[in-house]
Amino acid sequence: MSVVETQKAGLEGQLSGRRLPRWSTPALAGGALIVGLIVQLTGWTVVGLAPGVIAAVVFLLGQAIASLAIEGRRHSKDRIATTLIYATFVVALTPLLWILITVLVKGLSVFDWTFFTSTMRNVSPRQPGGGILHAFLGTLEQVGIATLVSVPIGLLAAIYLVEFGKGRLKFWISFFVDVMTGVPSIVAGLFIYTALILTGVLQQSGFAAALALCILMIPVVIRSSEEMLKIVPNDLREAALALGVPKWKVILRIVVPTAISGLITGAMLAVARVAGETAPLLLTTFLAQDINLNAFNGSQTSLPTFIWDQISRGTSSSVNRAWGAALALILFVLIIYAAARILAARFAPKSR
Amino acid sequence: MRLTRILIGSTAACATVLTLAACGGGGSSSSSANADCASGSIKAAGSSAQGNAMTDWINSYQTQCPDATIDYQAVGSGAGVEQFVAKQTSFAGTDSGVKDADLAKANERCSGGPAINIPLVGGAIAVVYNLTDVDGLILTSDVLAKIFASTITKWNDPAIAALNAGKSLPDATIAQFHRSDSSGTTDNFTKYLTATAPSVWTFAPGKDWVAPGGQGAKGSDQVIASVDGTANSIGYVELSYLDGMQNTKAALIDNGGGPVEATSATAATTIAAAAVTGSGNDLLLKIDYTTKASGAYPIVLVTYEVACEKGLSADQNPALVKSFLTFAASDAGQSQLTTSGYVPITGTLLAKVRTAVSSLATS
Amino acid sequence: MSTSTDETAKSAADPAGISGAAIRAGDRSFLGLSRGAGILVLAVMAAIAAFLVWKAIPSLQVDSANFLTEQSWLPDQTPSVFGIAVLAFGTFVTAVIAMLIAVPIGFGIALFIAYYARPKFGKALGFIVDLLAAVPSIIFGLWGLYNFMPAVTSFAEWLTEYLGWIPIFANDKQLWTKSLLMAGLVLAIMVLPTVSAISREVFLQVPRMHIEASLALGATRWEMIKMAVFPFSRPGMISAAMLGLGRALGETIAVALILSAVFEVNTHITEPGGNSFAANIALKWGEAGEVGRSALIASGLVLFLITLAVNMIARWIIARRKEFSGAN
Repeated sequence: MSVVETQKAGLEGQLSGRRLPRWSTPALAGGALIVGLIVQLTGWTVVGLAPGVIAAVVFLLGQAIASLAIEGRRHSKDRIATTLIYATFVVALTPLLWILITVLVKGLSVFDWTFFTSTMRNVSPRQPGGGILHAFLGTLEQVGIATLVSVPIGLLAAIYLVEFGKGRLKFWISFFVDVMTGVPSIVAGLFIYTALILTGVLQQSGFAAALALCILMIPVVIRSSEEMLKIVPNDLREAALALGVPKWKVILRIVVPTAISGLITGAMLAVARVAGETAPLLLTTFLAQDINLNAFNGSQTSLPTFIWDQISRGTSSSVNRAWGAALALILFVLIIYAAARILAARFAPKSR
Repeated sequence: MRLTRILIGSTAACATVLTLAACGGGGSSSSSANADCASGSIKAAGSSAQGNAMTDWINSYQTQCPDATIDYQAVGSGAGVEQFVAKQTSFAGTDSGVKDADLAKANERCSGGPAINIPLVGGAIAVVYNLTDVDGLILTSDVLAKIFASTITKWNDPAIAALNAGKSLPDATIAQFHRSDSSGTTDNFTKYLTATAPSVWTFAPGKDWVAPGGQGAKGSDQVIASVDGTANSIGYVELSYLDGMQNTKAALIDNGGGPVEATSATAATTIAAAAVTGSGNDLLLKIDYTTKASGAYPIVLVTYEVACEKGLSADQNPALVKSFLTFAASDAGQSQLTTSGYVPITGTLLAKVRTAVSSLATS
Repeated sequence: MSTSTDETAKSAADPAGISGAAIRAGDRSFLGLSRGAGILVLAVMAAIAAFLVWKAIPSLQVDSANFLTEQSWLPDQTPSVFGIAVLAFGTFVTAVIAMLIAVPIGFGIALFIAYYARPKFGKALGFIVDLLAAVPSIIFGLWGLYNFMPAVTSFAEWLTEYLGWIPIFANDKQLWTKSLLMAGLVLAIMVLPTVSAISREVFLQVPRMHIEASLALGATRWEMIKMAVFPFSRPGMISAAMLGLGRALGETIAVALILSAVFEVNTHITEPGGNSFAANIALKWGEAGEVGRSALIASGLVLFLITLAVNMIARWIIARRKEFSGAN
């Protein structure tokens, strides 16, 4: 009995070890803050570092040393890692929130009903007022066409890679899909410009812009669809095939419907990815100040090119409009993202 | 204000989208008697220097002629001419005019044409600076060239002080801004420096800034924003961009005939004196940057519209091109330029411009 | 686990194994359609290269300088003189700065979201980070120019003051704005969402069992990440970094706004100056003449080839790592 109990006690001691008390973290943080304050007030500093940086270093080192003394090397490393990971989070979130707040504050100043219901026709660059209706419709149409072209192609290519593909062709397609994901957006614009506009096949138009967006969208759709088709359980395919259902029917009736929510999410994320692209549109479209729903003929503005145009006009009213349009664009993407996430959460396959 | 804009927006929507009689109505049709209106739509592209002037003209024209839609895209002169030659647009805007090989191509594009340069928008390139306590800074071409060549680097340099007696020039480094993109503005500004201070400004004039030092900013909008936001800075932009700036002022330029302020009127004097080098109705100009005439601001630029005198195909709407350019060359059109910080074409040159515009064939 | 699914998928995908030699007409046409979509990808990639080469040739023929080493860009001059040395240098330096910062921080956020934050909080954070991937780059550019740059100029000055003995941090012009460093920092923020979103997805796919097993063996959280998470997700982390690099190399408008574009290789990265392939295209496109346009297309071709090479290398690393990965 007693032998077992002493053994147990020893084991427990080994398992939990001596730990830093819970109050050590706030205490160290407080200490570091005081050091920071002293630095701030006295103006004394080490190699010109800001007080905040010094405080952070004091905290990191203090905790590491305390932990090393009491908990040992492994836990000390763990504490350093934890602190650094929290720090990266703070460091990263600062600019990200900063930019969102900047857009929000500047954008909201021009948000009113007119801004969404009027165009820039007959609005002077120096006047306030005018709106983004034409640009919003242009974005809807260009991104809509891009989606209509990219999603079927992307889905079919993904079906090929998952359901049919084998050997060299599969390898090369899969390889170049990855490579295509990295094609810079301005190169996509240059390609449409050289291949279709310089050769006279197309004019600068909403459709040319949509095709440039397709170059950016297709690989994203293929990749996400591929992932989604892969997680459809094979039991389903095998069961249907065993019943003598032709393979194309199995794919269309069983595989695709099973993965449909994921496929939609993937497509929507691809839409969000291209909605803010500016560079390819500058090479492939003409700007308009007015609504033009004909994507094949005439000028058509989109939200990113609207922002570009208004900023380069350089008056305070036009720059304000640009920020407003930026906020509208972010909200547009936000809605698409939110819809995609909700779909994904609601219909995601529960297996895995 | 808001209400009119909704109305404008909605009629615009109707005109292009629905073409329904029900929405075409409204009160605007009565005003169409005003100008010689043409209907339909055209596209044009080119110089961004005249972008805001074009927008204002288009707005006025479309208000008078609600059946017309004109798109002018400020893509830059090079791209504008190229798109015109490729028959993508009905006319082009350019800061330098088409000549030589480009003119041959433009003539070909106009099925023999000829294609002509019509100077319609003038501009003054203002030397803008941001010094809190100094108003009416005076600079000569020589000092200006030294500042932009980075051989003068302090505001209280004796050369600047000698020109500005009594002004409290700070003992501060000059933060110099120039265009980082290719532009007609840089082209004209460096041509001015080359013409007036050849011993100091030894760099080749051109659309791209090649001198060392200083900081580049993309577009006149970013140059003026940088100058406005940076104390003790200097830059050059078209006069129209100076509008609404908090801390930025324009310098007076002394070419030898006394300091001249950059205004629409002083720049118009220089432009009106420019020599025509084109033939026939082609009004390509040569500006005299070294002018010493009193009240003539020497750093100017002229932007042209390039159009087909003959040979524009019917689907590109030559009637609307002519009608619109006629409005632009009219007194109403030219006086609009002054209010938006541009420079009107005046004197005998304006008469030549009107002759050129009236020569455009409508079919 | 994923390997075994692949295996079964492959055998199920083999039509010969199901219905013998008789492949039905419907299957054949569907196969043709989907294969066609796949081949379209290859065709588009080939077409991009072909058209860029075709339209780049006229300028390369008249270029009187060495296209790879020339430092100036005056293609519309006679004789035409242009080269990509400055563009390649600037693109490389800004991308390296961006990756040095964005990769560790991006992985840090992803780890935070996956293993440190509470699940609900983590999800909300992931959402915010994703949202930033949608901010148009012109907005990043303006914010970078007017909000971010003034705030971090003191950091650049600090670099020169205390690390100025390292040649790249020296600053002879006494100006610390509009530099390659600034462009690199803004790029880092721009690619952060890409890096962190993808690596987060990868981290979340680490099998629960591996994590629980290592924790049960008494590993600290960091040891668990080092021993269970990293080996499993290394290929995914590399591809996250590479996708980020792709975005950094090709970013156009933000860089065009921030850099004080000049044609001079300047190794002092805190001084105004520098240029990049994509930014140069945006800055010169509008005013370029015929040769100039073609020269810009030639530089676009080089950018395309560079991103191609980067992605190929990434693929190769991932393929190699997979073989040794303990997780599979």
